[in-house]
Parts: sequence; structure tokens; C-alpha cells
Amino acid sequence: MTTVTPDSFSSAPPEVVGLGPVAWAKKNLFSDWFNSLLTVVIVGVFAWGAYRLVSWALTAAQWQVIPNNFGLFMTGTFPSGLYPRIWALLAIICGLAGLSWGVLGRNVSTLFSRSVLIGLGLVCAFIVLFPPTRPSSLKLLPMVALVAIAAAAGRQAGRKFLGIGKWVSLGWFLSYFAALWLIGGGLGLTPVSTNDWGGLVLTLFTAVSGIVLCFPLGLLLALGRRSALPVVRWLSTAYIELVRGVPLVALLFMGQVMIPLFLPIGSRPDRILRAIIALALFSAAYLAENVRAGLQAVPRGQNEAAMSLGLNTPTTLGLIVLPQALKIAIPAIVGQFISLFQDTTLLSIVGLAELLGIGRSILANPSYLGRYAEVYLFLAVIYWIFCYAMSLGSRKIEEKLNTNH
Amino acid sequence: MTHDSGSKSFNLKAMLRDERFWKIAFQVITLVVVFLLLSFFLGNLNRNLSQMGRAFGFSFLRNPAGFSIGESLIQYRPNDPYWRALMVGLGNTLTLVAAGIALTTLLGTVAGVASFSKNWLVHKISRVYVGLVRNIPLLLQLFFWYFAIFGALPNPANQIGVLGLAFLNNRGVYVPWASSAVLAVLGIAATIGAAIAAFYLWQWRTKIRIETGVGGQKQSIALAVLALVWLAIIVFGMNWTVPEGVEGGGVTGGLRLSREYVAALTALVFYTSAFVAEIVRAGIQSVSKGQWEAARSLGLHAGIVMRLVVFPQALRVIIPPMNSEYMNLTKNTSLAFAIAFPEMYSVATTTYNQTGRPVEVFVVLMATYLILCLLITLVMNQFNRAVQFKER
Repeated sequence: MTTVTPDSFSSAPPEVVGLGPVAWAKKNLFSDWFNSLLTVVIVGVFAWGAYRLVSWALTAAQWQVIPNNFGLFMTGTFPSGLYPRIWALLAIICGLAGLSWGVLGRNVSTLFSRSVLIGLGLVCAFIVLFPPTRPSSLKLLPMVALVAIAAAAGRQAGRKFLGIGKWVSLGWFLSYFAALWLIGGGLGLTPVSTNDWGGLVLTLFTAVSGIVLCFPLGLLLALGRRSALPVVRWLSTAYIELVRGVPLVALLFMGQVMIPLFLPIGSRPDRILRAIIALALFSAAYLAENVRAGLQAVPRGQNEAAMSLGLNTPTTLGLIVLPQALKIAIPAIVGQFISLFQDTTLLSIVGLAELLGIGRSILANPSYLGRYAEVYLFLAVIYWIFCYAMSLGSRKIEEKLNTNH
Repeated sequence: MTHDSGSKSFNLKAMLRDERFWKIAFQVITLVVVFLLLSFFLGNLNRNLSQMGRAFGFSFLRNPAGFSIGESLIQYRPNDPYWRALMVGLGNTLTLVAAGIALTTLLGTVAGVASFSKNWLVHKISRVYVGLVRNIPLLLQLFFWYFAIFGALPNPANQIGVLGLAFLNNRGVYVPWASSAVLAVLGIAATIGAAIAAFYLWQWRTKIRIETGVGGQKQSIALAVLALVWLAIIVFGMNWTVPEGVEGGGVTGGLRLSREYVAALTALVFYTSAFVAEIVRAGIQSVSKGQWEAARSLGLHAGIVMRLVVFPQALRVIIPPMNSEYMNLTKNTSLAFAIAFPEMYSVATTTYNQTGRPVEVFVVLMATYLILCLLITLVMNQFNRAVQFKER
């Protein structure tokens, strides 16, 4: 009889054998002849491509077009004497962002962990070293400091006052109107015509306005399409399907022409407003479908349980169904927001000088003739950073809201 | 008796608490609001149009268009009527959509499957491609391809030849093509017909082999014959003309794909494929791991497991979202207008600029894209029905 000594049992997980670089390459790159061939071909092609790209970027490319027009890229033809207003707006956003970060991270043991500190350091180094931002590094570095200070303050405040999250949300809400005031002027500030709004500021403004407008509309349409009331259902379905069948360019271009026609004679809303309306009406139809998918994923029992507890339809929706549905729909909704952000580029077709539009008008300048690759690569990096940040944020929210254990 | 008046006031209160009343009232209110809004908008539209001196109507479509169009599938002269100009635009849109859907399906599937590759490099390339392309606006990519890539090709005098079969220069891409349009259409029709026939033959062969365990040789032979016939038609029946470089620049013969078309197609395919790759990846991931393991334990090779076990099941998840990607691609072809490719939207805009009839042009545009999207949905629904679970 064999007896098992207690020593041979171990609750520890099996030992993970680390692969050395050679073994790793053999397993992942050269496992058989086909993979080996693939690896060699890909490495060859990429080495050649990288060599061509680097030699172009270092010799043939004329990057001067970026720093020379950096102000245009960021703010369009906004009068340079009024730039302090844009800086003030950036300061508000940085402060709020820091506060939100601090409040959300109030239960994390260290807010400024090593990776965060390295990230902040990299941002500072980038600001100082990147030629277009170097002239304004004296203003940008304090912004980074502001984010960090606000985060620390928000963490302290979040630990002391539990309800502070609401106030931060209110701050974000008010900041939208502050942005409108700081960019557009009025109420004591020099007014700036919307013709002079442009660049990244206009892109972000239209995207945020579109998101803010399309969300409630999309929610209503989704609820309408799921409604038991036939009239509401038919109207919502008709709207969603009609709008989803038309390209956005058509809607935008015709929106510029048709919205004035649909209004009383002589009234002509501002063209940025018209563009935002068309953008929001378009995105709402897509958002409605994302929210509807979320609504469909909530089990019917939830609805019935709420009803049997005596809740009426609005409270059932608002307290039971929608919170669950929206949680499920978050990835799709953020995806829709990302595509709305990307869709703002189409405003350049209808003549607005948003980021891509200002890039095109810079390229039309004879002194920057043919600098297509430089300008478009620069713009692509900007768009990529914003879109990637949004999808990263969506993943974080998903993790935070995930209650499945 | 007080019962009467009492019941009246009681009725009103009860009515206000009755959900059925509110259901009807809410619908009536919605209808009235929508009706009032619509009549307000349409009334304004009517007044605005009559002030401009234009009555709503489509008779202008028969007037001569008076503008020329760079490329077209059908015969078109500038003094042809507007509707013919719009048909030219529609034809250009359709060529973009058809080529786009075919290439996107191919590239997207390859990129999606590649993310499961055991080769670390292939896996990473697939992930980086998706992460990069999905986060950059399509219009920007379109400009990039048109101006920075295809615009940077050498001029016709220094054009690039590819094995003497194709030529690239900054005016477009030249490829071998059938000598006449009729032959080209016949060749495409033969390819589609052969593909459908092969699909059914293959199904028949599989069915026989499942039912009897042997046989299927006849079907195999038929398949081989079909392939040979198709190859013969394509190689000898099409009367291929190969583009030839002319001394001093330029190309004769072959088919010229304009730089606008090639750039628009490349941008659309690269952009949409990234989304398709994600759909394919999610579909394959949705097949439970047990299916893989069961198939592998039956001794099937990894490639066969993918083809016969995993992919057919993944298709059920893949097809519905593919429909909306194809629709997106169709609608996004309208962006080609920004690089002056004369597709439907571009021709419609020119029509509007010349006639000043926004409402009619918008109706035509909307109807066209709606019909295109409906057709795609119809085909995809048929396909979807074919791959869904067959339950008793």
C-alpha cells in the first residue's frame, strides 16, 4: 500500500515555466515551416517599409508646416488676442478632469502610482520637446500641475463629502455653457463670429454638443420603438429606419440648405448650429438602436417584478430597466460617440473649418503645397489619440460597472 | 338621486388613474404634436418655395443636365437629361459598392482570423491594424490615400509597370480587362453562375457522402469539369487586352481605374475591413471552446476544425452585424464625392447646384440609398436564414 505523504500535496498553482527569448521565438514565431516563412516575409516587408518611412520622415518630409500653423490647427482663425479665453477654458476642463479623477479614485490606495507618475512625466517631456507645443510649455506645464493638484484635492474632498460626485457632474454641465461663453463671447466678452471658430476647438465643441443632444433623443427613440403603444412605435421606427438609410453627408449638406427652408421666412440659424442639429439627428437614430439592443437584453422578469411591486411604467423604466439596459449598452454607446466624433470631419465638406477643414485650407496655401502626408499624418495622430482615449475610458467604465462575480 | 353626479366626478378621477386612458391619451398627444410640427415645417417649406417661385415637382429631371461627368459605365453626353446623369452617378456608386463589399469581406475575414494566429507577428499585425484604422476618421483616410499615396505616384512619363501586366501612375491604375463591356459582363456572370453551381454541387456531394458513407465521385468529376469550363471561358473567352506603356508616358489598352476610384475603394476597404475583422473575431470567439477541443480530440487538423466546425457556427453570429457593415460601406461611398469621384451623391449635388431644387434632389438621394440598403438587407436576410440553426 502506498501512503501519500502530505508533502506531495500543494495548493499552490502549477509552476509557470518562463520561456527564454529563444524558446519564446521558437514557439511563437518559428513553430513550423509555414510560420517560419510567414515570419521571415513579414519581418522583411516591415523592415523595408520602416526604412522607407523613416528615411522619408527624416529627409524628404518638411515638418515645418505643423509648428508654423499650430495655432490654426488648434483654434482656427480665432483672434490671437483672445487666446487667453481658450487657455481659461482649457484650465476649467483640466481642473474638472483632475477633480473627477480624484473623486473616482478616492478608494484607490495610491492615486499617483508609478505608472501614473511615469505617464505624467512623459506628457511633460513631450510638451517641452515637441516643437509645436514648446513655445507654450510655460502655459501647458501648469495645466498638467493643475490636473494633479485637482486630483489630490478631489480625492480628499471625495473622502470627506460623499455626495460630491453630483457637484462634479454639475460642474461639467456648467462648463459646457462656460465654453460657449468663452469661445463665442457676449455678456461682457468681445463676441467672436462663428466664422472664426475652428480647429480642434470646433471639432471638440461640435462633437460634445452632438453627443449631449443625441443621447436623450436616442433614448426616447429607443423607448418609443420598444413601446406597447402602436402610434409611438410606428413613428419611432419610421424615423430610425429613414435616417439610417441616408448617408450623413447628404443629411449634413441638405441640412445646411433645408433647415432654413423648414423655418419661417427670413430666419436662418447659425451654420454651426445647423451642422450640430444634423449631426445629432443622425446619431440619435443609431444610438437608439444601440440602446434598444440593451433594452432587449434586460430579462422580462425584471419588468414584471417591478410591476408586481406596484411601480408604474415611468418608475419601472427609470429605476429598474434603463439602468440595466444602459449598462449593457455602454460599449455600443461609446462606439457611437466615437463615430460621431469621427463624423465631425464631414463638417469640412459643408465648409466649416474644423480640424480636417483647417488642414485642407492650410494645404491650399501655396507655401505648403504638396505637404499632404505631413499634415494628414499629424491630424490622424490627433484623431487617433482622442478616439483611443474614448474607447479606453469605455473599457474602464465597463470594468467598474461589471457586477458579475 | 345623487348617484348620477357622484359617479360622474368619480369617473373623471378613475379615468385619470386608469392606465388605459393614459395609453390612448399619450398616443393622441404624440400624434397631435407630430402633426403640428410637420404642418409647421411643411407650411414654412411651401411658403419659402413659393417665395422663390418654385413648385415642388420632378419634371426638371427631363431637362438637359449640361455638365460633363468624368467617368461613366453608360453612354453620357452633357446635353443628356438630369435623370441620365443621376443614373451615371448610381452606376459609379454601384461599382464602388460591389468591389468594396467583395474586397472588404475578403480582407476583413483574413484580418479577423489572423488575430487567432499562433504566429505572434500575424496576431499583433491584425490587432494593430484594427486599433489603428478604426480610430481614424474615414474622410481623413480617404484624403490620405488620394493625395499622399496615389497622388505621390510618378507622372505618366515615369510610370511604374508591374510585370508588364499593369501600370501605376498619378492618373490611375491600368489593369488587363476584357476587350468589350459585353464580354466583361458575360465573364462576371459566368463567374457568379459557376460559383453558385459549385456551391450546390458541393452540398449535394456532402449529402450523398453523409447518407451513404461512400460515393460522390460523379459530383467531384462534375466539379472539376465546371472549374475547367469556367477557366476556359475566363482565359480564352474574354479576349483580354493587356495595357501597354506608350513611349514618353501614358498607357493604351486595358482598363483604366481612375485615381479617384482606386483611392476611394482602398480607403473604404481598409476602413470597413477593420470593423469586419472585429465582427469575425467576436463571432469565432463566441463558439465555445468545447467545440474546438471536441473536434481536435476527434483527430481533426486545426485548419479543418476552423473550416468545418468553428466557422459555420461563428457565421450565425457574424452575419447580422455584417449586414449593417455593408450598409455603412454603401452609405460611406458618398464620401468619395470629396475627392471628386462622380458617384451618386456628387452628381446629385451638382444637380442641386444647377437647378436649385434641394427638396426634390434630397428625395431622390434618400430613395436611392434606402433602396440600396433594403436590397442588401434582403440578400443578407436570405443568407442569414440559410446559416441559422436548423431545429426540428
